[in-house]
Amino acid sequence: MSVVNDNITLDMFQPAQISADESDRISAPSIGFWKDAWLRLRKNKAAVVGLFFIVLIVIMAIVAPMLSKYGIDDQDVVNRQNLYPRIPGLEWLGFDGKDSTGMDTYELNGVKQNFWFGTDELGRDIWVRVWAGTRISLIIALIASIGDCLIGVAYGGISAYYGGLVDNVMQRVIEILAGIPNLVLIILFILWLGGGMTSIILALIISGWIGMARIVRGQVLKLKNQEFVLASRTLGSSDQRIIWKHLIPNVLGQIIITLMFTIPGAIFFEAFLSFIGLGIPAPAASLGSLNQAGFENLQIYPYMALFPALILSILMISFNLLADGLRDAFDPRMRK
Amino acid sequence: MTTQKNERQKYVEVNNLKKHFKVGRNAYLRAVDDVSFYIYKGETFGLVGESGCGKSTTGRTIIRLYDATAGEVLIDGVNVHAKKSRAELKDLNKKVQMIFQDPYASLNPRMTVKDIIAEGIDVHNIAKSKKERDERVYHLLETVGLNREHANRYPHEFSGGQRQRIGIARALAVDPEFIICDEPISALDVSIQAQVVNLLEKLQKERGLTYLFIAHDLSMVKHISDRVGVMYLGKMTEVAESDELYDNPLHPYTQALLSAIPVPDPDYERTRERIILEGDVPSPVNPPSGCRFRTRCPFATEVCAQVTPRWTEQRKDHWVACHLYDDEYKGNFNR
Repeated sequence: MSVVNDNITLDMFQPAQISADESDRISAPSIGFWKDAWLRLRKNKAAVVGLFFIVLIVIMAIVAPMLSKYGIDDQDVVNRQNLYPRIPGLEWLGFDGKDSTGMDTYELNGVKQNFWFGTDELGRDIWVRVWAGTRISLIIALIASIGDCLIGVAYGGISAYYGGLVDNVMQRVIEILAGIPNLVLIILFILWLGGGMTSIILALIISGWIGMARIVRGQVLKLKNQEFVLASRTLGSSDQRIIWKHLIPNVLGQIIITLMFTIPGAIFFEAFLSFIGLGIPAPAASLGSLNQAGFENLQIYPYMALFPALILSILMISFNLLADGLRDAFDPRMRK
Repeated sequence: MTTQKNERQKYVEVNNLKKHFKVGRNAYLRAVDDVSFYIYKGETFGLVGESGCGKSTTGRTIIRLYDATAGEVLIDGVNVHAKKSRAELKDLNKKVQMIFQDPYASLNPRMTVKDIIAEGIDVHNIAKSKKERDERVYHLLETVGLNREHANRYPHEFSGGQRQRIGIARALAVDPEFIICDEPISALDVSIQAQVVNLLEKLQKERGLTYLFIAHDLSMVKHISDRVGVMYLGKMTEVAESDELYDNPLHPYTQALLSAIPVPDPDYERTRERIILEGDVPSPVNPPSGCRFRTRCPFATEVCAQVTPRWTEQRKDHWVACHLYDDEYKGNFNR
């Protein structure tokens, strides 16, 4: 086994000069939590695609209705009723303004301009209505999710941080609330307050904050006995300081992830409510009420359901992809 | 090095301290049950014992992280668990600090090293300006052997030993007099353990600190401690000067523990007789009657099950709780 090697002698070695100072040096650039998460998110292609579509749809929802010369309720039953979508350059996809029998609806009505998403039975431009509806759906979802977040974080945080009897009572209250079917709760709520954005938002918040409260409670329970919190307490920190400096920053990642999963849920729930007729009252539109209108004319004018359904689906998928990506980015250990 | 023992001032006094945790209806976990000891100013008091014997709970109760079930803790003459105003509490928090076991859990991952170390400075408004705060942090970093470039980095960029030094710097920021070291070296590898222990000793020499050093590494405790206390199942079994305890252990449990230390001497090792204890540590929810150690004690007799041993000073500064040395019960044993 032994290899005789006469070539190497002691005087070929010399001591390496490493001072203690040198060995403690960290050469890598300092990367904070948020930057690290962003770098990891950027590597996740699905999440980036999701983010791209969300940004695109948000921009369109803000800009598109403003740029069109039609309002969401500009009717014209004489000249431009039920025009099929016509998008220049995409005629080969079927967006050529011809109905199922091959008749050009634009020629029949003598309309020169293009309606990209077509018009409905009242002659309203669906392009404008879809984007305005997206805007309303997004606003409802966003406000409802932020409301969920505020109530859920406060409730879950207090419950976990003070613990004991407080926690016990607060958790029993949550269990009772969670036991009531939320659809019943929401429908009663809307019947009581009447339709409209405010009541939908309130109805969504009333049943939506429980999930957030549970997640925050779990996280705070885990964190509050960590040694860094004990260390802060031995230094004499107030509860307020511990909550804001130690607990919230460490739960923030989880809060954002939960928020990103809540938003598509809220969008879908709003669409569902509008679809069963409890949503935004006419003439205003949301993705749900547009879908409902399209559904009624599905066999005659299928394009009316196509666009709102498409936007709704893309929005939901994108939010879910982004939320998935954020979860992996904030907490790489959770990835399987 | 020999100081006059009579003149030494007791800095910490723990009298009949109890800490029970409720674990169910009418079930209590007696983590610390009637423990008394004292620590002289400027010394290191080692606290040893198996996992779950209540060492850490004792430490945390002394610093008021837990409220004591009964008993009192006097630090520099001040009763820790008495009702206190905010100012008095802050004063106490400045005097007593703690170094934690797990260097990975004891630093907030979202804060920079500078903010972690400066936490005490912020809470107690020690620094007048941002510049003074920074200067203090840099000074503390250099005190524990790190350099000032580390201030703006996050904890995850450091090794275990470096993190533990950051934890020490954080404790030093408020100029404490008494530091509870809760197994500060157990989570580190051996070469780093020496670094941290040397740092602690250096700081003690420079600042006249008093330490309560909780550990389960017997040889390290012998090295660092002036006096050592041995705990078993929530009870203190023996307290003595370090050398006295290691040369002359009285309590059977201490004897068994010490016989487990390997000695770097092959001739001695060949003849070394280990006292092997039978059985497991009983549950602290349902501890044995009388002497806690009787279920595993090689000398146990009936009296051990009936009477709880008294905490007596057998020799000068050598306390033990065992019937073997109690004049009243000595006759029951035929040793």
